[in-house]
Amino acid sequence: MKEQAVIEQSFAHSIDWKLDGDFVLNEALRANALTYLSENAFPTTRTEAWKYTRVTKIKNNSLHIASAAPIAELAPIDAAAISLVFVNGHFDATRSASDFPAGMKVIPLSQMDEAERNVLGEIDAQKTDLFSAINTAYATDGVYIHVSARVQIAPTIAITHITTGDHVLVNLRHIIHLEKFAELNMIQQNTTDSGENAFSNIINQVYVGENARLTIDKLQNESEHAFHHATEFINQQKDSVFTINTITLNGGWVRNNLNCFVNGVNCETNLNGAYVLTGNQHVDNHTVVDHMVAHCNSNELYKGVIDGKATAVFNGKVFVRKDAQKINAFQSNGNVLMSLDASVNSKPELEIYADDVKCSHGSTTGQLDEEAVFYLRARGLSEASARQLMVGAFINDVFEKIENEHVVAWIHDEISKRFNWSFE
Amino acid sequence: MISIKNLHASIDGKEILKGLNLEVKAGEVHAIMGPNGAGKSTLASVLAGREEYEITAGEVIFDGVDLLEMSTEDRAREGLFLAFQYPIEIPGVSNINFLRTAMNEIRAYKKEDPISAKEFMALVKEKSALVELDAKLASRSVNEGFSGGEKKRNEIFQMAMLEPKLAILDETDSGLDIDALRIVANGVNKLKTPNNASIVITHYQRLLDYIVPDFVHVLYNGRIVKSGPKELALELEEKGYDWIKAEFAE
Repeated sequence: MKEQAVIEQSFAHSIDWKLDGDFVLNEALRANALTYLSENAFPTTRTEAWKYTRVTKIKNNSLHIASAAPIAELAPIDAAAISLVFVNGHFDATRSASDFPAGMKVIPLSQMDEAERNVLGEIDAQKTDLFSAINTAYATDGVYIHVSARVQIAPTIAITHITTGDHVLVNLRHIIHLEKFAELNMIQQNTTDSGENAFSNIINQVYVGENARLTIDKLQNESEHAFHHATEFINQQKDSVFTINTITLNGGWVRNNLNCFVNGVNCETNLNGAYVLTGNQHVDNHTVVDHMVAHCNSNELYKGVIDGKATAVFNGKVFVRKDAQKINAFQSNGNVLMSLDASVNSKPELEIYADDVKCSHGSTTGQLDEEAVFYLRARGLSEASARQLMVGAFINDVFEKIENEHVVAWIHDEISKRFNWSFE
Repeated sequence: MISIKNLHASIDGKEILKGLNLEVKAGEVHAIMGPNGAGKSTLASVLAGREEYEITAGEVIFDGVDLLEMSTEDRAREGLFLAFQYPIEIPGVSNINFLRTAMNEIRAYKKEDPISAKEFMALVKEKSALVELDAKLASRSVNEGFSGGEKKRNEIFQMAMLEPKLAILDETDSGLDIDALRIVANGVNKLKTPNNASIVITHYQRLLDYIVPDFVHVLYNGRIVKSGPKELALELEEKGYDWIKAEFAE
C-alpha cells in the first residue's frame, strides 16, 4: 500500500482526485476513467437521474483510500455459507474461506495474475456514469467468481463489505460469471465496523449464462453516517433466471443502480426491494430492466416504510424494445410514511416499443389506515402494536420473496433491534 | 355493568348525543333502536373511544371505572367489545395473529400469563365453530375478501375469543340474509352468561326475534326517549318511527 492520499478540499469541486493506492483494473481502462472524471463534474439535481438525490455530501467529503484495519468479529448471517470478507476495500484472507466447491473458481482480484485480471472490468462505454468511472479508476479489489457449466453450488456465497475508520473510500469490483445451467445463491452484506463518512462504491458485473440461475440477497445495514453507491450490470442469456432482493435497513445515504439487460428469450428477472428508514436516512433505488428480446417475464416489487425525517426515492424503468413481443413486465412500488417529515419520490416508468406485451406499473404512497389502527386497538392492541402489525404485514410482502431463511431471520432480527418490531 | 349519565358528545362542533342515560346490569340484553341519524352509531363509537368525538358533558362508569378516561385499547382490556357496523379489512394482517396478540396484551394488562399456542388453537377451533366460520377464514387476512356475512361472523368470532364483559353490537344485523342472521344471533346467545351483558344496536326489529332483549330503548335526537320491554320493538316495527318523531320533535 502506497502513501494514503487525502482529497484536498480545494479539489473537491472536481473529480480530479488523483488518489494514490494499488488499483486493480487494467491501465487502459483506468486511464479512460480518469480522463472521464477530469472532464465531468458530480451530477446536480438538474440531472434527471439525480433529481431527488444530492451528492454534495460525497463531493465535500475528504475521502481517502485506506488499508485494512482490525475489526470486531461479525456473526455470519448464514453459518453454512462460504464467506468472503472485504475490509476497507481489501480482501481479508484470514476471515475468508479458502476452499471452494468443485466447478467454481473464486479469486480476489488483488491475488490474480496481472495478465488474467487485465481482461476483466470493462463496462460498456455507453453505460459509463460518474460513479462507475470512479470505481474503474480506483477499485482496490473485488472478487472474480466463475461457476462452470452445469454446476450447482449448494452453499451460499456470502460476501461481506466492512468499513472501519473515518472518510474511507471503498471501490470494489465483483465479477460474477455463471456458465450455462450453473446455479448460485449469494448474500452481499454491507456493514460498518466503526467510523463515520465512509463512502463505498461497489459494482457487480454479472453474467447469467443460458438456463443459469442466480440469486443475490443484497443487505445494506451500514451506519447512519455512511454513504453507499451500488451498481449492478446484469447480462442475462436465454432461459436464465436472475433474482435480486435489495434490503436497506440502515445507511445515511444509499443509492442503488440496478441495470438488467435481458438479452435472451424466455428469461425471468425478479427485482425485490424493501427499505425501512428513519432518522435522516436517504435511500434511492433506481432500477432498469431492458427487455431486448421476446418471451420474457420481469417482476419488480419495492416497498418502503419511512419514518423520522428520512427520504426515499424509487425510479423503476422498464424498456421493451422493438419486436420484443410477449413480454410480461410487472412493477410495483408501495410506501408508507410514518411521520409528517418523512417523504418519498416514486417514479415508475415504462417505455414500450413492441405491441404485444403485458406490462403494468403502480405506485402508492400513504399513511397507515387509521380506521384499521382503531379497529385493532378496539380489540385490545396497543397503538404501537397495531401500527407495527400493519407495517410488518405491509413490508413482509417483500421479505416473503426471500428464499434463504437465514437471511429472513437476520432481517427480522435487525428490524427488531433497530425499530423494536417483531414479526409473527 | 355500565352506567351512562347525561352523556353529551359532538363531532366537528355538531352535538349528536344530547344527554343520554342508560343503565345496563350484568346478565342483561338491551336493544337500542331508532331512526337514521338518531345517534346510535355515535353512542357505539363514543363508548369504544373513537377520538373524533368530543365529550362535552356526562359520565360513563364501566364496572366501577371511568370509561371516558381510558384509551380505546384499555377499554377493550377492561372487557368492552364493539362489533363494528363496517368491519375493517386489513390486508396482510392475519386474523389469528392479531387475535393472539390482542389476547396476550389483554392478559398482560390483567397481569396474567400469555396463552399457549396449543390452548389458543384449541380456542380458535371451538369458537370458530360457534359462528360456523371456516377455519381457513379465521387464519386469513383480517376481513380481506370476506363477504358481508363472513365479516359479521368474524366479529362475533372475535367476541367469542375475547369473552368481553360488555358487547356492543352495532347494526350487526344489517345486510345479513336470514341464515347469516340466525348464525350470528345464535353465536351471541350462546355467549350469554349471568356475568356479561350486551347492547344490541339495530334499525330493524328482525334481529330481536333471535336475540331476545330484556329492554328496548328508543334513541331519538341524541337521547333515549322511550324504554320498555321487548314488545316495544314490535310496536316500533309496526308503527315506524314517525310517532316518536312527532312526540319528541324539538
